[in-house]
Amino acid sequence: VTAAKGHRPAEVAATASSASVEATAPLTPTGAPAAAPVAAHRSEFLYFAFRNWKFVFGLGIVLFFLALAIFGPMLTEHTPLEFTGPTDQRPSSDYWFGTTSFGQDVYAQFVYGLRSAFLVGFVGGGLAWLLGAAVGFTAGYRGGWIDDMLTMLTNVVLVIPTLAILIIVAAYLNVHSYTTEAILIGLTSWPWAARAVRAQTFTLKTRDFVDIARLTGRSRGRIIATEIAPNMSSYLLMMFILLFGGAILIGASLDFLGLGPSESVSLGLMMNNSFLASALLLGSWWWFVPPGIGIIAVVGGLYVMNVGLDEVFNPRLREL
Amino acid sequence: VSRYLARRVVIYAVTFFVAVTIDWAIPRLMPGDPIDRLLTRMQAQPAASEALQGYYTEAFGFDVPVWKQYLNFWAALFHGDLGLSVASFPTPVSELILGALPYTLALLVPAILLSFWAGNKVGALAARRKSLDNSVLPAAYALTATPQMWLGIVLVWVFASTLAWLPVSGAYGLELQPTWSIEFGVSFLEHWILPFSALFLVAFGGWAIGMRNMIIYELEADYAHYLSALGAPTKLVRKCAYRNALLPQITGLALALGAVVSGAIVVEIVFSYPGLGSLTLTAIQNRDYFLIQGIFLFLIVGVLIANLIIDIAYVFIDPRTRVGMQGGS
Repeated sequence: VTAAKGHRPAEVAATASSASVEATAPLTPTGAPAAAPVAAHRSEFLYFAFRNWKFVFGLGIVLFFLALAIFGPMLTEHTPLEFTGPTDQRPSSDYWFGTTSFGQDVYAQFVYGLRSAFLVGFVGGGLAWLLGAAVGFTAGYRGGWIDDMLTMLTNVVLVIPTLAILIIVAAYLNVHSYTTEAILIGLTSWPWAARAVRAQTFTLKTRDFVDIARLTGRSRGRIIATEIAPNMSSYLLMMFILLFGGAILIGASLDFLGLGPSESVSLGLMMNNSFLASALLLGSWWWFVPPGIGIIAVVGGLYVMNVGLDEVFNPRLREL
Repeated sequence: VSRYLARRVVIYAVTFFVAVTIDWAIPRLMPGDPIDRLLTRMQAQPAASEALQGYYTEAFGFDVPVWKQYLNFWAALFHGDLGLSVASFPTPVSELILGALPYTLALLVPAILLSFWAGNKVGALAARRKSLDNSVLPAAYALTATPQMWLGIVLVWVFASTLAWLPVSGAYGLELQPTWSIEFGVSFLEHWILPFSALFLVAFGGWAIGMRNMIIYELEADYAHYLSALGAPTKLVRKCAYRNALLPQITGLALALGAVVSGAIVVEIVFSYPGLGSLTLTAIQNRDYFLIQGIFLFLIVGVLIANLIIDIAYVFIDPRTRVGMQGGS
């Protein structure tokens, strides 16, 4: 098996450049003494992070939409599913994003839909991240037959299209909440992360400092947690961001197919409803444009933030 | 060579085995009696309900021990028997799927190949020119974060229902029958271009970003510096970087297949394109479980075959796989 490559091209690049990630540690711009390496590393990270416009821009977009998801519902007295009155209204001062052809407030649906998107991204992406890290660390550090088994498992789940398996599971299992949906997504979208972590662990475990840690008799779990994971923390962070965005996209597809929870609201479900109500033939753009913009902004913001982080962690990319 | 390919084939065989087992096990693992669940979900008429109950009991074969049910499932599979569709009873599931398959392939294959080709070219160009980099890259990031079905919806809204340049839905004009005539071909192309564009554009963004980043990374590698130090023209260095950057992109192609297939499913639904995606939606809406299970198997087999093709291509492209150097483990 060759060195891990990411799931999407952006992730491939993340894998490639992370090879030099560890090299950033000694490069403290302030020349801070090695006595406080952790603090120096952190301040160095912040120093470069907030001077990187890609990171700041991406983070800004994501935080803006997160704030909208948290506080947006407080700005309207309508609830997303309530039939408030006039149907098919264009955006106005009463209905900021207009109304659906059932007379529901699109703004209310949008902000509640953003909540579902962040929930699915966080829980689904988080679970995939945990699984990917656990499988990757175990396979990479243990090696031998455990590695063989886990690698086989990873490759098998990797080849099966996530949406295909989710369709068949969601068709039989009535999904009632976005948490369930997110867990299903998390259980199926971890493999590329596991492959990447395994490859990184493989190269790190032969380093001297890991050998020394092993000589001190520390347990396997502690060596992974204190020696190996911190040396690829940047990588783990970027992985989480990509899994977060990926989970939002998969969740939107599932909801669009009508396999998500039907009694609540999400951005994918908004697209599904507007499509089924022929909004695109009637030209009710205010109904189907916002959910797509919301997803592109959040997921795109996450991806751009990720590129920024890559440049922050990898000094060779910085001057670009 | 044979060792490398043999390893991949073993993985695909195991995957196929696992997929079939999942397909068999999921209806049986869910809480409650699957037949009851299916019937209550369908809310069928009492008379139809009894007929279906009979069919389901026989089709699931619950009257024999579990291990025998499993073996029967495999046996039926090798006879090409995926059960009968409930919504369009008694059409076999395999017949419905084979009828839809050409349309899905007509969308998927060009979308995958052309987006890979164009994305890599544009990405490599973007890594070279700052102005191109600043315009293409933001667009590529927006595209790769776009849900395919939303792009499809917007394309229909703009080009079909507002500008009326292209048809709204279907794969060919309603008055036509699929034949090898010029008239049908033109109609097919008119219907094909929008769903194709939705798939193409999203995938294109991903490849362009990937190639741009890989080229920049490769140009930092020792061999690139060495070549420049020897006085090689920039063009040659770029060419070498491109070739090396293409390898991980091809690995990425295999990994991105699942995402493209998912995209095709939702895009077909937007355009009522009569492929596997639309079939999936009708199957979900009608609670036609055998059809859903059949489509699942077909998608997996398709992805496995595509993976194998990419692996074989990789052997020709990457000399390291030929001499047995695999890196990593």
